[in-house]
Amino acid sequence: MSLTNDQLQAVAHLARIAVEPESTEALRTDLNAILDQARLLDDPRLNDLEPMAHPLDQTQRLRPDEVTETDQRDTLMEGAPAQENGLFLVPKVIE
Amino acid sequence: MSQYAIPSGWEAVIGLEIHAQLATRSKIFSGASTAFGAEPNAQACAVDLGLPGVLPVLNEGAVRMASLFGLAIDADISRVSSFDRKNYFYPDLPKGYQTTQLARPIVVGGEVTITTGEGKKAREHTIRVTRAHLEEDAGKSLHEDFHGMSGIDLNRAGTPLIEIVSEPDMRSPEQAVAYARKIHAIVQYLGICDGNMQEGSFRVDANISVRPEGDEAFGTRTEIKNVNSFRFLQRAIEFEIERQIDLLETGGEVVQATRLYDPDRDETRLMRTKEEADDYRYFPCPDLLPVELDEATIESWRAELPELPDAKAGRYQTEYGLSAYDAGVLTSSRATAEYFEAVIAREGSDAKLAANWVMGEVAALLNRLELEIGECPVPADKLADLLERINDGTLSNKLGREVFEALAEEGGSVDAIIEARGLKQISDTGAIEAMVDEVIEANPGQVEAYRGGKDKLFGFFVGQVMKAAKGKANPKAVNEVLKRRLDGE
Amino acid sequence: MSTNDSPQGGDAALINASIAQLKDWLAAGELSANDLAAAFERRIETIDPELNSLISRVEANAPASTDGPLAGIPYAHKDIFCAKGTRTTCGSRMLGDWVAPYDSTVHERLSQSGAVLLGKANMDEFAMGSSNENSHFGAVANPWDTAAVPGGSSGGSAAAVAARLVPFATGTDTGGSIRQPAAFCGVTGIKPTYGRVSRYGMIAYASSFDQGGVIAKSAADCALVLGEMAGFDPKDSTSSDEAVPDYVAGLDGSIEGLRVGIPKQWFSDALDPAVGDAVTAAIDELRAAGARMVEIDLPDADIALAAYYLLAPAEASSNLSRFDGVRFGYRCEDPKDLQDLYERTRSEGFGSEVKRRILVGTYALSAGYYDAFYRRAQKARRLVTEHFQRAFDQCDLIAGPVTPTPAFDRGAHSDDPAKMYLEDIFTIPVNLAGLPGMSVPAGFVNGRPVGLQLIGRHFDEGRLLNVAHQYQQRVDWHERMPSIAGDSANDNREG
Repeated sequence: MSLTNDQLQAVAHLARIAVEPESTEALRTDLNAILDQARLLDDPRLNDLEPMAHPLDQTQRLRPDEVTETDQRDTLMEGAPAQENGLFLVPKVIE
Repeated sequence: MSQYAIPSGWEAVIGLEIHAQLATRSKIFSGASTAFGAEPNAQACAVDLGLPGVLPVLNEGAVRMASLFGLAIDADISRVSSFDRKNYFYPDLPKGYQTTQLARPIVVGGEVTITTGEGKKAREHTIRVTRAHLEEDAGKSLHEDFHGMSGIDLNRAGTPLIEIVSEPDMRSPEQAVAYARKIHAIVQYLGICDGNMQEGSFRVDANISVRPEGDEAFGTRTEIKNVNSFRFLQRAIEFEIERQIDLLETGGEVVQATRLYDPDRDETRLMRTKEEADDYRYFPCPDLLPVELDEATIESWRAELPELPDAKAGRYQTEYGLSAYDAGVLTSSRATAEYFEAVIAREGSDAKLAANWVMGEVAALLNRLELEIGECPVPADKLADLLERINDGTLSNKLGREVFEALAEEGGSVDAIIEARGLKQISDTGAIEAMVDEVIEANPGQVEAYRGGKDKLFGFFVGQVMKAAKGKANPKAVNEVLKRRLDGE
Repeated sequence: MSTNDSPQGGDAALINASIAQLKDWLAAGELSANDLAAAFERRIETIDPELNSLISRVEANAPASTDGPLAGIPYAHKDIFCAKGTRTTCGSRMLGDWVAPYDSTVHERLSQSGAVLLGKANMDEFAMGSSNENSHFGAVANPWDTAAVPGGSSGGSAAAVAARLVPFATGTDTGGSIRQPAAFCGVTGIKPTYGRVSRYGMIAYASSFDQGGVIAKSAADCALVLGEMAGFDPKDSTSSDEAVPDYVAGLDGSIEGLRVGIPKQWFSDALDPAVGDAVTAAIDELRAAGARMVEIDLPDADIALAAYYLLAPAEASSNLSRFDGVRFGYRCEDPKDLQDLYERTRSEGFGSEVKRRILVGTYALSAGYYDAFYRRAQKARRLVTEHFQRAFDQCDLIAGPVTPTPAFDRGAHSDDPAKMYLEDIFTIPVNLAGLPGMSVPAGFVNGRPVGLQLIGRHFDEGRLLNVAHQYQQRVDWHERMPSIAGDSANDNREG
């Protein structure tokens, strides 16, 4: 399975990462080398195995429905790149 | 509701996706409060902000509430459900993904019964629910201008939602609205959602397609997002059906797309086409483990189920002798049923009288003032006082309406209003006898004629007595006394 | 350097002492926590410019507890652990100026036990790398040979401990990131069972693999620290409530009759023969201590590698979406619109290896490829896990190499990511199965350290530490200290 330049651009858009035209070729080679390895996963021994999402056979623990957090806005927003009146600012959102 | 008819030769196919915010105290994956109306971002904790390193922990209350919904619609509660991530970038989505349930939702299947039409035209329909799953709500983008920027408030981020997905079982806007109202009623009866559509606690997306009548294959559908009232839902679906039929009848075709309903212009407009939709790259959330529910837990939740609208309506019919229609109206919302039941909780109350008042005077008042029943200026106990005075003969229905208006406008107690306005009906037999005697004495000729066989004159005597009583005499008592005096002596 | 501020033998004795020894001195009043911290701070001052093992220094505060199990013991955090008020960069420009506004559970626990944080250790950006060359804050030199890499991603932690800049450091291991640098730097590292140590406040790379652990000089030191870090955390749904045994108490048990599985596939052509010899010699020591060797099958390391390099990037592509320039961290200059904000922030804020893995992961999850990549890789994860389960029917623990080669030179693999990934061939299968693994110093090849890997059943950290400790009673590899230019403590030691 080999990645085309168009596919690479589409994936880069999904990931919101800009891929400059001059680095496209090198990146494509790198990605294809990694994806080449994935051919090993065609091994028929895998066909009937149950996909494994977690290494431990545990189930989700539930938290009681209680409010445990207090207003930490000033501390938590200290590292915000742009803010005003307690809001995070971003370039205009058009819906 | 307006009577809309789909153009003949066409059939509409409608399915709804309803997002109901669960009324938990804390968020689905964090201990931050879900209360509405806080200062921006004051209720967004480190987890809600998606700060580096934070992890979600699932709220038991959200699982319980979603399960209650499933039990209420006779669905299967998944013994094992799990969470997936839906990946996309948007400023109100702090982590760059929404944690939701794709592969294994907590509620599978189920159905609700709706009724459309009245009286002989009433029809029942069963609408199947495909699934209901737990997920987290996003924050909000505020579009006031901050030097050309938008502001992001993440207080709502992480509020638990259930998304209730129906089968495409509805064939008219009326059915879609009835279904949405029924779900709205159920979540409120269960106490798992406050149902406030203005604040966005209950949001409806409609999937709509049309096809020539008799066709099996579905047409291309559009999805209308975030309709925030039942009236707009009706209008949006009507508009969209008309738009699609117009397109098809003029040789055009429907484009699969997401559209927004604009209530100001009463039209839907394009938001994005299917081609523009993101590839969400769903995959199992590695921070959350499968949720397992055992039989005992589910049974303990089942035992918590309150009486639901359909059961309650059935009981109103058998226990109070109400009509199916009246019982349906009175149980259509939890608040209406609670109001009605509070009125008839009074000893010696008359359920039919109460039903007539709640559906008549109370409904008219609320309609006029554009209020919800929970905000009714005449609280249930006041209406119960009023009906008690009608029952004991103190008030006629007509006087009762006057007292009701006074209660709505000025408040106060029923008896005080009766007293202050002198609205008390004269039921005291002695007083009525005195008035009757005066009338008989003053009209000897008519008495003679009546006694001679002119029965019709009875009405004249009633009128004379009522005139003397300034309209406040208890008509039943007046009749009785007159009969006794005229016929008996 | 003054010798007045340590009980015996000056700074050289202090920096080489075990944590237990330091505790004794502190308890006996022969040493103060301040003097101890000062000794290590002086050392950091003089030696770290050569190594670049720390990204940030932290002003040593008085320990939060004076009678906790680690009261007064200095340490460094891998810069992936949030500690409130400290810059926490994850080795990235993206978090170059980010000050964590909350504590990770690991930090909270170590603080409560009285440990004293001295610095935040360098690492491969977002823990992606096997050489520490992917740090925005520069490469780290291997204290044994400054031309060599220290390994990664916890390269700064391993180098700092090897150079005796701190008695211990925290690390994280997603595909070998504790064990490989520990092996390359000649120190002892333990990656516990997935779920043993809370991940809360530990910046995520691949959530179903990431596990925090310890790097220290010896198994005994690791045992002491891990006991403080481990345990259930209500803030981490994937943490385990399995009881934490007393690891220190378990160190002295005999390993007589213990069945040690030797995976035959791991001693193949892929393994540098000199590394193989060192590991074999270490296994012989275990035999001499009474353990029995059993040959076992652990095939499909190549499949494990292929699966890992899809699954981990897939999780990472999602985990790293939060770095969008909106709420914290780096934001590009003057974004012209939302799209521009996202793209430039992420393109400028992430380094090339991180971007490469995000793209691989995004592709693996995208429509049409999910079944071929992600789902198949999850099945491969099951296959590898089942291989381990079968192996543990025959043995109590597994011993083998940590890496195919000793530390390589900086720049050796940097132009070939796929080749670099082969470095992790013996460590990755352990992460797929979520098992505990250790790296124990086992000799040198051409002056560069070699590690012995020990792998246990789930939650069998106690046994790993016990075996490693018994081994360390018989050898002194873990006591060797690199000589570093400008290091006066070396002179003291020799004198």
